[in-house]
Amino acid sequence: MYGKGLRTLSIATVIAMALALGLVFFYAPLEAEQGFLQKIFYVHVPLAIVALCGFVIGGLLAIQHLRTRDSRWDMRSYVAIHMSLIFAVATLITGSIWARASWGHWWVWNEPTLVSFLIVFLLYATYQPLRFAIEDPERQARYASVFAVTAGAFVPLNFIAVRLSTAYLHPRVLGSTSNLPGSMALTFLVSLIAMALLYATLCKYELTAKHTRAQVRALRRRLSGGEPGARRSRSAAPTLPAGAPAGAASAGRTAA
Amino acid sequence: MGISILADTPALPLHEAGKYVAGAYVVLFVILLIYVAIMALRLSRIERELGELLELPEQNTQEEPAALGRSERESTPA
Repeated sequence: MYGKGLRTLSIATVIAMALALGLVFFYAPLEAEQGFLQKIFYVHVPLAIVALCGFVIGGLLAIQHLRTRDSRWDMRSYVAIHMSLIFAVATLITGSIWARASWGHWWVWNEPTLVSFLIVFLLYATYQPLRFAIEDPERQARYASVFAVTAGAFVPLNFIAVRLSTAYLHPRVLGSTSNLPGSMALTFLVSLIAMALLYATLCKYELTAKHTRAQVRALRRRLSGGEPGARRSRSAAPTLPAGAPAGAASAGRTAA
Repeated sequence: MGISILADTPALPLHEAGKYVAGAYVVLFVILLIYVAIMALRLSRIERELGELLELPEQNTQEEPAALGRSERESTPA
């Protein structure tokens, strides 16, 4: 079941988040150049890293879906991308707040890291409309997986291209972790782990909710004497095999 | 442009930087809150659907004896 281990994961996330916040505000020293404002980076950078990693994970899960044609992999890929989009929105907003405080502008168009992240975000913003545009669930899952693989490959390429670019205007936190004082590096690492745990927990919540809803629908159909493979209304969300347990060994294919 | 902006901006004093830092953390908190609210709505919908499903067998058992009684009355010669 998707809900297995959810409680442990939730507790671990709460502890990690509380620990991270404690370290950020009571342990990590003030940075010499930016002062208190630098505290934004303990939330902004982990959000960005987790969002980008989530997009790549979504691509890897989509590869698994294309290999096995098992709709559960499509669901996992969908949830990973969906959650990464939410994290990306948070990244853009927190980044803009930092830019406003530090640069005096909410957005700077000639800053390659900002613009490249926006491009990645806008690329993935088309994922849900793409899914919604295709009515046939089988075709929808296949096309969405191809999109997730292609876009997932674009994310690291884009990241490397920006890193290799000559303009190093964006403050580098990850690249200079070795130069960070031990207390700052520890705080950053704990914040990153907390954010990754938050991402994993929310993904698990989402998967559990979707699976439970699919089971309730299957039960309704069974009790009302409807067909098990009855057509659903148009949706961007993937279809899970009716009534199949989440951890079942048999590959449940999407009902066409 | 970016380099010059970065070079010209000294560290903000605490009373000024504080609102931006608070803003950034509040954004994360609000996004989480919205997500939890959406999940709560979904959960209540699932709960409602489950309640309806639980009522289905009860309705069927109430309807079945009534239907059985009707068919027996119809089949019995007067």
